[in-house]
Amino acid sequence: MESRRFELTASPHIKGPDTTPTIMWSVVISLLPVLVFAIYWFGPSAALVITSATLGCVLTERMFGPGGTLRDGSAAITGLLLGLTLPPGIPLWMAFVGGVIAIGLGKLVFGGLGQNVFNPALLGRAMLQAAFPDDMTAWPAATGRWADLRGDNFALPFMSADEAVMVTGATPLGQMKFEQIPTETIDLFLGATSGSTGETAAFVILVGGVYLALRKHLNWRIPVSILLTVAVLSQIVHVIAPDRYPGALFMLFSGGLMLGAWYMATDMVTSPTTNGGCWLYGLGIGTLVVVIRFWGGLPEGVMYAILLMNALVPFINRATQPRVFGTGREAVVS
Amino acid sequence: MKAFGVTFRHGVHPPDSKELTNHLPVRRLPFPERIALPLRQHAGKPARCLVSPGDRVERGDKIAASDGFVSVPIHASAAGTVAAIDWWPHPDGSLTETVLIDVERHSPQIPRPRSVPHWDGLAPSEVRAAVQEAGVVGLGGAAFPTHVKLSPPEDTPIEWLLVNGAECEPYLTTDHRTMVEYPERVHFGIRIMMQCLGVERAVIGVEKNKPDAIEALERTTPEDLDVSVLPLTVKYPQGAEKMLIQVVTGREVPSGKLPMHVGAVVQNVGSIATIAEVFETGLPLIERVVTVTGPGVVRPSNLIVPVGAMLSDVLDFCGGLTEDAVEIVFGGPMMGTSQPDLRTPLIKGTTGVVVLTHAEVKPKRTYPCIKCGHCLDACPVFLNPSQLGILAQAGRYEEMEALHLGDCMLCGCCSYVCPSNIPLSQMFALSRSALRKRQVA
Repeated sequence: MESRRFELTASPHIKGPDTTPTIMWSVVISLLPVLVFAIYWFGPSAALVITSATLGCVLTERMFGPGGTLRDGSAAITGLLLGLTLPPGIPLWMAFVGGVIAIGLGKLVFGGLGQNVFNPALLGRAMLQAAFPDDMTAWPAATGRWADLRGDNFALPFMSADEAVMVTGATPLGQMKFEQIPTETIDLFLGATSGSTGETAAFVILVGGVYLALRKHLNWRIPVSILLTVAVLSQIVHVIAPDRYPGALFMLFSGGLMLGAWYMATDMVTSPTTNGGCWLYGLGIGTLVVVIRFWGGLPEGVMYAILLMNALVPFINRATQPRVFGTGREAVVS
Repeated sequence: MKAFGVTFRHGVHPPDSKELTNHLPVRRLPFPERIALPLRQHAGKPARCLVSPGDRVERGDKIAASDGFVSVPIHASAAGTVAAIDWWPHPDGSLTETVLIDVERHSPQIPRPRSVPHWDGLAPSEVRAAVQEAGVVGLGGAAFPTHVKLSPPEDTPIEWLLVNGAECEPYLTTDHRTMVEYPERVHFGIRIMMQCLGVERAVIGVEKNKPDAIEALERTTPEDLDVSVLPLTVKYPQGAEKMLIQVVTGREVPSGKLPMHVGAVVQNVGSIATIAEVFETGLPLIERVVTVTGPGVVRPSNLIVPVGAMLSDVLDFCGGLTEDAVEIVFGGPMMGTSQPDLRTPLIKGTTGVVVLTHAEVKPKRTYPCIKCGHCLDACPVFLNPSQLGILAQAGRYEEMEALHLGDCMLCGCCSYVCPSNIPLSQMFALSRSALRKRQVA
């Protein structure tokens, strides 16, 4: 026994169960049902688009990242989330470029994991939206056989999609905004509508989100705050002008709100660290979503709402620092 | 008396791992061949040595005197001969001036006859003097001299005596066994302290994972005193002074102030039992209950150990270490210190010896902070460890001070929950000493 050597470490000598990779991979696992639904609903196109976006992210992280960072799972999440927000008919090379931009400009230039200001997946998507507005808003009609491609996925690099290949439709939000045609809430809830590959199935996203919230891998205050704000605000406006503006249920289950509220806004790196800040951040996102959807030029505003609030996170954090124990009014000196 | 609540906000829930020893009665460690008594075993000024090599000492003899008010004497925990006064490994990781005593092999170890003060007739100042002379310190780990806590200034009225039996550190069952086996002694100590402080109310806080301790204390509660047992939620750091005060009284100790400023004195059950012993037998603090436990120990045990017994002797008595033991910790695994040297003595403030194996102390990879905010939800004093960690890495200690670095208790909750394995509490301890150096310079 005398000759043995012992470890010399600082306290605490025991550690909690969560590690950064386990959190990241549990997010990936919780996304699997959403992936399955996307492929069930949009066919092979969804699988191809999501795979291309993910490959773009993972290869960029591998080539330009600090090394050994693939295992932490964060690049895979960015890729999956980006893929889930793209139209199923988008040319694959665009999805791939989106992935490269998401990781390259969205994360690595800031200094890698934990340093970025904006949600990388949304930053990638915003760049695609700016660069390829037509392809980013070409929504497939909800018809045809499962195995059919939902657009010109195989357009050559630097070529736009051949519009003749696809039968386009409109998303529920587009129909509502430009034609005042509402969609059945049950279809929105179950995902039987047109839209991005992974955003339509509100129900499936909700299940994954609640699972993460229960495991404390996302701060439940963010989605709750966003969804509450959207519901309350839109219902108020709806009561005032019922035929022009949709009500709370339509707003909650349409477009990318569910995916955004549970998976994008809750990105730990780009959301506030304080609980008070999370409420405020959600309030801001919810308000912006309603404003953009109702009065903006676009039918959908979740992406820009989240990106805008991402930029405010440092200020929100500073404004919502917790009251230190033994300071302020709670501290009584006898 | 109704308590304010049953727990505090935030904190963490590590597995308590107390099942290894919580059912085992306390046994006595046989006197080892040699004991090492560092002159610094308490918070405050080290004691002044009174012996020289070759001197013979009886068990209980004073070998070092207190040097000032915040200081206590040290007594020989076994009869023998002073072998040397030398630099010796100390549990805090340093080398400290230490009195080494070769224990007499055939001595009955009976202390000299001594007069036992009758507690009831004594003025508070005499009680304090007797407590200081007996070398009593807080046995919960910090080893703060007990008589100092018994001496609040005239203008600070004390309303509550809070007896800390929370024992929130995983693995440790030292206070647990003390409460189960010596509940009358705990109550006698409370009686002495209440009289000395002039308080009417005492509350014993015990975490709910010790139902037998709660039962034993309730069974033996004296009729004539307002003493109650408060079962507390099992959560770390429930036994931190500030947390316990907040739970019982609803008051937060103001930043930078002491418990007495909200009218409370907190004392560990072990220290209180020791005070009772002083007034029962006249013996000073020369032995204490220690839990020797962890998956790396062959026979986990609760022991009464003479102060100054060396780690190797204690481990040998517990059957030695297992093959996969890799780290030895004095105190609990959340705040304890690792010990590289088996010659290190167990001192007055050593609450336990926890031996961990590869399964618990795997080297873990560190990741960048992902701003998850788990540390903010864990910090019991509501700091922002994430922000403080970023500042610490940048060496911006003055900014950390403005963000209340001084209020950090180094409880380790933030490091425990951090998914990126950032050693936050260690960084805060280092930042504090760096800040002190900067301010002195």
